Amino acid sequence: MNNTMQDTQNTMWIDNREVPIEGERNVLEVARKAGIDIPTFCYHSDLSVYGACRLCLVDIDGRGVNASCSVTPEPGMRVKTNTKQVRDIRKISIELLLANHDMNCPTCVRSATCRLRELAERMGIEKLRYKPVHTPRAIDRSAHSLVRDPNKCVLCGDCVRACHEVQGVGAIDFAFRGADSAVMPAFCHNLDAVECVHCGLCATVCPTGALTPKPEIDAVWADLDNPQKVVVAQMAPAVRVGLGEYFGMAAGAVTTGQAVAALKAVGFDKVYDTSFTADMTVLEESEEFLNRLNTGGTLPLFTSCCPAWVKYVEQYHHQLLPHLSSCKSPQQMFGAVARKVLPKHLPLEEKELVVVSVMPCTAKKFEAKQEKFNKDGKPEVDHVITTAELGLMLRQVGLQLQNLEPESFDRPLGFKSGAGVLFGVSGGVTEAVLRYVVEKVQGKPLEQVDFHQVRGEAGLREAVVKVNDTEVRLAIVQGLANVEAVTKQIRDGVCPYHLVEVMACPGGCVCGAGQPHSFNPAARRERTKAIYDHDRTMDFHKAQDNPELAAVYAEHYGEAGGHAAHQALHTDYQHRRRLHELDLTVTDSDQEDKVQVRVCVGTTCFLNGSQELLRKLVHYVERTGLQDRVEINATFCMENCGQSPNVRVGNTHIEHCTFDTARDALTQALNPDISSGFAVSP
Amino acid sequence: MQQTTVRNFEKICEILERYERNPAKLVPILQAVQAEYRYLPKEALAYVATSLGLPPSRVFGVATFYAHFALEPKGKYVIHVCDGTACHVKNSEGLVKAIRKKLGLSKEKNTTDDLLFTLETVSCIGACGLAPVLMINDAVHGQMTPDACATVIDKILEEEKEA
Repeated sequence: MNNTMQDTQNTMWIDNREVPIEGERNVLEVARKAGIDIPTFCYHSDLSVYGACRLCLVDIDGRGVNASCSVTPEPGMRVKTNTKQVRDIRKISIELLLANHDMNCPTCVRSATCRLRELAERMGIEKLRYKPVHTPRAIDRSAHSLVRDPNKCVLCGDCVRACHEVQGVGAIDFAFRGADSAVMPAFCHNLDAVECVHCGLCATVCPTGALTPKPEIDAVWADLDNPQKVVVAQMAPAVRVGLGEYFGMAAGAVTTGQAVAALKAVGFDKVYDTSFTADMTVLEESEEFLNRLNTGGTLPLFTSCCPAWVKYVEQYHHQLLPHLSSCKSPQQMFGAVARKVLPKHLPLEEKELVVVSVMPCTAKKFEAKQEKFNKDGKPEVDHVITTAELGLMLRQVGLQLQNLEPESFDRPLGFKSGAGVLFGVSGGVTEAVLRYVVEKVQGKPLEQVDFHQVRGEAGLREAVVKVNDTEVRLAIVQGLANVEAVTKQIRDGVCPYHLVEVMACPGGCVCGAGQPHSFNPAARRERTKAIYDHDRTMDFHKAQDNPELAAVYAEHYGEAGGHAAHQALHTDYQHRRRLHELDLTVTDSDQEDKVQVRVCVGTTCFLNGSQELLRKLVHYVERTGLQDRVEINATFCMENCGQSPNVRVGNTHIEHCTFDTARDALTQALNPDISSGFAVSP
Repeated sequence: MQQTTVRNFEKICEILERYERNPAKLVPILQAVQAEYRYLPKEALAYVATSLGLPPSRVFGVATFYAHFALEPKGKYVIHVCDGTACHVKNSEGLVKAIRKKLGLSKEKNTTDDLLFTLETVSCIGACGLAPVLMINDAVHGQMTPDACATVIDKILEEEKEA
């Protein structure tokens, strides 16, 4: 390549235009900066470069046709993005994808925002030249959060990399090969049977309708149509800065009043604000934090608002469960508060009340369906719809958001401070808690309520806030993979933080998978800015200043952090197993009355020596000739990792199991008549 | 499904130790596990994934990508009939037909019910001078005919009966 002339200038040429190179990672980014939207499926600026979709091809002088996502820009490089050859290759790629696509576009929820449809249109593809070879595959609707439709997958791998790289989960990956290639969970399982945390980032990055939030609109319409029901809505903070985009407004347009009007227009009886219970969360979590700080409790305190994060801890870091704040998330607090406050306030019969959440999030759908929030068959929150689903409902009745007259939230559960609104962004919970904690510790009104040191875009941010003579050290994490640095510090006993806020979605809730689909890279920043601007316009900025909240406490819960509040507004956590139905049978017997021994070889038990224990048990059974009467299984996680290693002999569960205790239990199980304490002789 | 035995399980642990539980050694680990079970039971894959700290989906992806790995049990004797160019023109297809007929196998059914034989075709084993050629486990049989296939199989059946 002849680049002697331009070496010092650090520019390159794209379609005969000189473009400066300013630290872009690849030619694709330089071209985009120059205003050329090179088509791509698999390039995503937050993810590693994959180079699989072959749509971003460009002709580089001296190098021929290359994938622009995978070429580092060099001074003097001459690139043509629009040659006949490049156009032809791109077009054929799309045509081949279409030949293997299920083409049910009119019934696809992503048809308006589908990259494949858009590119087919851009390439001027009017008919399919290749014979369709698509054979239908089963659609996975098992999870409450997401629908996985392999028939619409273009194998770009964005979801695989997002799940693995950003969230550190890896619930889905490529499987099989060639024409059989597919993205799926391990062992062809369904999403609800694997370690998916339901964050929906896969759906956010998916260019087609292969991964989409699971709709609950029909169930909501059914309750709205039912005259026996009083249907109330709670709207999360992030919804008000996202809904406008669904109707073509600019990213970050604040449409609070119109969103309330929209909910009223589709038939909700009352519209409340999840920010009210976010304020409540501030009080409860701050009290919990101060209590732990003052009494030497478990620190750092992890926030617990993000259900994807909570499931992540439950699956991967059971030993850190005590770090999680016991506060319910604002969504679940709202459900609990609504069921307590509204029957008397409205008034209505308890059984008439239906609580619907409007959330920017798919994990909230999963959260609301959990058994622990679903006591006696009555869930705290009945249905969870996303921001985009609300937009769709509005369109179903034939209304445009722009044309609605703004309305106010209903009271008392619709009144909030700016603190409760901040929950929509990464760093917001921390800032809201600081506004309470600093004021309370200093014992005088907080003048400067903005804590700019906790704001920002990095995946792991640190901040120190001085309160009197104490330094409060904070960490803010977005993207679950980023939390591993903190969990390692805790394991190694060197974690410096007092409070760690974690949100699964990069950007926080404003960028949740339930928000209207956007390919606008500026959306995250605009929505975040809108939340901070919104806070600035509010009358109150501190949760403790919310008078309606104070009244609800006074009437129903007493002190924040007190006994009644704890009963209603806090929860507990469980260990969760990641692998289902995958026990490894080590010895087996045909006899019917055999004793089943199950040794947990999940990660924690494994680390605590369960493999050796298993080995000893197997040898014992062999040595004593009990093979016919005993079946030994290695099983994955009994969801009791705190007491590892765990063993189950027949119906007896043994915690902190040693070989001796397991052997005695086995003896007991084989000889129910004799007392335990000695082994059978062979 | 074939049961994991004590020996298998010990062996998996041994394999994992040998490769120092290094996720980068996933392919050799899976090869070694398959050598032990003659296929990759998903329970074993899950165990390997847990031990290596990898998502099971990734281990499953690797196991399903390579043709060498099998997720269904294979027979004790795996017959690889070479179908490379040289063998193909020397009637490797006739060998496949003869073996299928002899063992009651078909295009869809590659393994005998008694888990003794599995029939697979491969694209060139690099012994074109012996075409048509097949391998039964590690033994190479060159210049085969349909009749010779039946004879070799009969011999194995004989040995199995005696054992």
